[in-house]
Amino acid sequence: MDFELSPDQKTIVSTVSDFVKKELPLPRMRRLRDDPTGFSRDTWKQMGDLGWLGISYPESAGGFGGTFVDASLILEQFGTTLVSEPFTESALVAGHALLLASAPDQHEKYLTPMLAGDTVLTLAWSEPQTRYNPARIATRAEKKGTDWHLTGEKTWVLFGNTADHLLVTARTSGEDGDPDGLSLFVLDSDTPGLTKHPLATMDGRRAAHLKLDCTLPGDRLLGAEGKAHEAISRALDIGAAAACSEGYGVMKTALAMTLDYLRTREQFGTKIGTFQALQHRAVDMFIETELARSTAIMASIKVGDEDPAERHRAVSAAKVHLAVSGRHVAAQSIQLHGGIGVTDEHDIGLYFKRMQVLTTLWGDEEHHLTRFASLPSFSP
Amino acid sequence: MEMTFAPEHLAFRDEVRAFLRDAMPPHIRAKADVDANFTHAEIMEWHRILHAKGWAAPHWPAKHGGPGLDATARFILSEELELAGAPHLSVFGLSMVGPLLMEFGTDAQKQRFLPKILAGEEVWCQGYSEPNAGSDLASLKLSAEDDGKGHFILNGQKTWTTYAQYADWIFLLARTDPTAKKQAGISFFLCDMKTEGLTAKPFLTLGGTPAFCETFFENVRVPKDNLVGPLNGGWTIAKALLGHERTLIAAVGLSTRALRRVKRIAQTTLIDGKPAFDHPGFRAKIARHEIKLEALRMANYRTLAGAQLGKAPGPESSILKIRGSEIFQQCFELAMEIMGHDAMEWFNEPGSVPALEQWVPSAFNYNRATTIYGGSNEIQKNIIAKHLLGLPGA
Repeated sequence: MDFELSPDQKTIVSTVSDFVKKELPLPRMRRLRDDPTGFSRDTWKQMGDLGWLGISYPESAGGFGGTFVDASLILEQFGTTLVSEPFTESALVAGHALLLASAPDQHEKYLTPMLAGDTVLTLAWSEPQTRYNPARIATRAEKKGTDWHLTGEKTWVLFGNTADHLLVTARTSGEDGDPDGLSLFVLDSDTPGLTKHPLATMDGRRAAHLKLDCTLPGDRLLGAEGKAHEAISRALDIGAAAACSEGYGVMKTALAMTLDYLRTREQFGTKIGTFQALQHRAVDMFIETELARSTAIMASIKVGDEDPAERHRAVSAAKVHLAVSGRHVAAQSIQLHGGIGVTDEHDIGLYFKRMQVLTTLWGDEEHHLTRFASLPSFSP
Repeated sequence: MEMTFAPEHLAFRDEVRAFLRDAMPPHIRAKADVDANFTHAEIMEWHRILHAKGWAAPHWPAKHGGPGLDATARFILSEELELAGAPHLSVFGLSMVGPLLMEFGTDAQKQRFLPKILAGEEVWCQGYSEPNAGSDLASLKLSAEDDGKGHFILNGQKTWTTYAQYADWIFLLARTDPTAKKQAGISFFLCDMKTEGLTAKPFLTLGGTPAFCETFFENVRVPKDNLVGPLNGGWTIAKALLGHERTLIAAVGLSTRALRRVKRIAQTTLIDGKPAFDHPGFRAKIARHEIKLEALRMANYRTLAGAQLGKAPGPESSILKIRGSEIFQQCFELAMEIMGHDAMEWFNEPGSVPALEQWVPSAFNYNRATTIYGGSNEIQKNIIAKHLLGLPGA
């Protein structure tokens, strides 16, 4: 048992924390809500230069040989000011799907430039009836000579409007729901036959629905035909663990803002923080936040585990916990702010919205609860 | 970061498990298997068995006869005992007055009392609460007056004195200076339960068992040698106990075992011919409990890893008592729900309900106490609000 940060990890925390406070404060996120790109390419490049994007990748792929725990420390800081860059979507989920699914020459072509901050990737896996099962897709890829022809649609592709490369799942064999027969293709953003319908998300970010009717050369298939499920499933677990770490950053910030409000807001001639009913609510928020921190650490350690049972148990427990505790803290932070908390002008609502989105992404409470309860380790 | 125990600790855990397999007498094991209530005699029998192995007091240092284990091994030993359903040794001597005497007692007091606590030769109880001093403990009234001839004379009443009927000694807080401010006039005494004028009257708890007593003091003479720490310094001593063994306060092992029992009951209870364990609603409820428990376990591991490095407990440790006691209660609430009509069971002859269920209703009732004793959860929240969250006083 050891939960101490190494000297390198302490440096990561202080560097990211300083950068976020100075360069990426909350007002910036407010501005980016109205920007059609939704993030800054320059900041993305800086993150690549600082080594943050490649932190959880092997050096052979252009990374820095760190761990998911290192990435989780960055995300926790990003949660404090709601950093808009696609760290989870590109530098964790899409990047690791690519790493796990494909061969070194494809890493060099698509992964390494992203880790340097030159490109953005995103994983396009969900469809209208996919919900959280990546094998439930209608998009098909058919072989035409050496080419592939993709037809179908993808929904809520995060940063799908701006990503340079889209990793698109398609069925090449098998029945709906079969893990086998799922393949992964990489598309350039300007591929003929790819139509993007840009979307805004509740938390001020950008996404897209995609329509696909495209012909791709054979080398756009990533890895072996029909064998992409494992890589996608692991990438989604990485996304879930990432949501827990960022979510902890969101929760601790919402808690700190709420405590600050309780210490300064006066009603009935006294600070409202003197009222026991409100004090105990604040303590309940603190308890949930501390437990969410514990489960986020657990998920970040275990998400890299080779044993899927261990991985699923820790990640699903943490994601369920995030949903329950995150929702509680976010909702209570609005409640304790009173009327001002319901205005768009006050910042607390931005944290409420981001938390809500984090509970939805990468498997919601129900999905992870069901998965947790179906693991062999759950039976006595 | 590392989430597994070190090899030497895993080896120690194997040693503990092997011991528990071999050393538990059959009649105790039979009760442990169905989580039945143990009698006082059975608890003391188990105390002697653990003492012979040197493990009655995992957290005692070697110089006082403890096994001298590090924080992680102490945790492992305690947790394995909980997981095995072994009788829970009385905490009042081993975990409360013992450690306090080590910190505040005179050499004579240590020599006189510690070996007998360790060996289970003297059983202790705690005299803190009074009828009008519960959460507001410092308003206690039991008086101790110096008779000028080597004794203090105690008059008043204590209540909720758990298992005082079996106790040989009581440690208590008494008012020695009625003119001082509340906390300032309190002293800490040790008192022989056989002293004239002292009577303990057991009464039934919600659980239907006589766990509590009212304890009356009528001109009870306590020798001055049995004052612990300075006169009027008792509050400091009582408060010191709050910081002890934070790693065990969550009782994750007990809740783990309780949840395992919930699952076993769910596997043998049928709903429409199928186990309740496979019923989607119950399965989801059980999973929610297990996830809550996993979060607590992880918070506990973080506290433990800090303790192993000799660090002061972090903010996560303050939540362990609150959440640990809540989860333990909730496990029994869920067991009761799954049991259906069997949940009405009340001390009927064995066989009236499945053995696994027999003690659940009593425990369900008694365990309302877990969120009350040791400083109610509301008091714990007051403390966190003030000291950790920096919220202003009223």
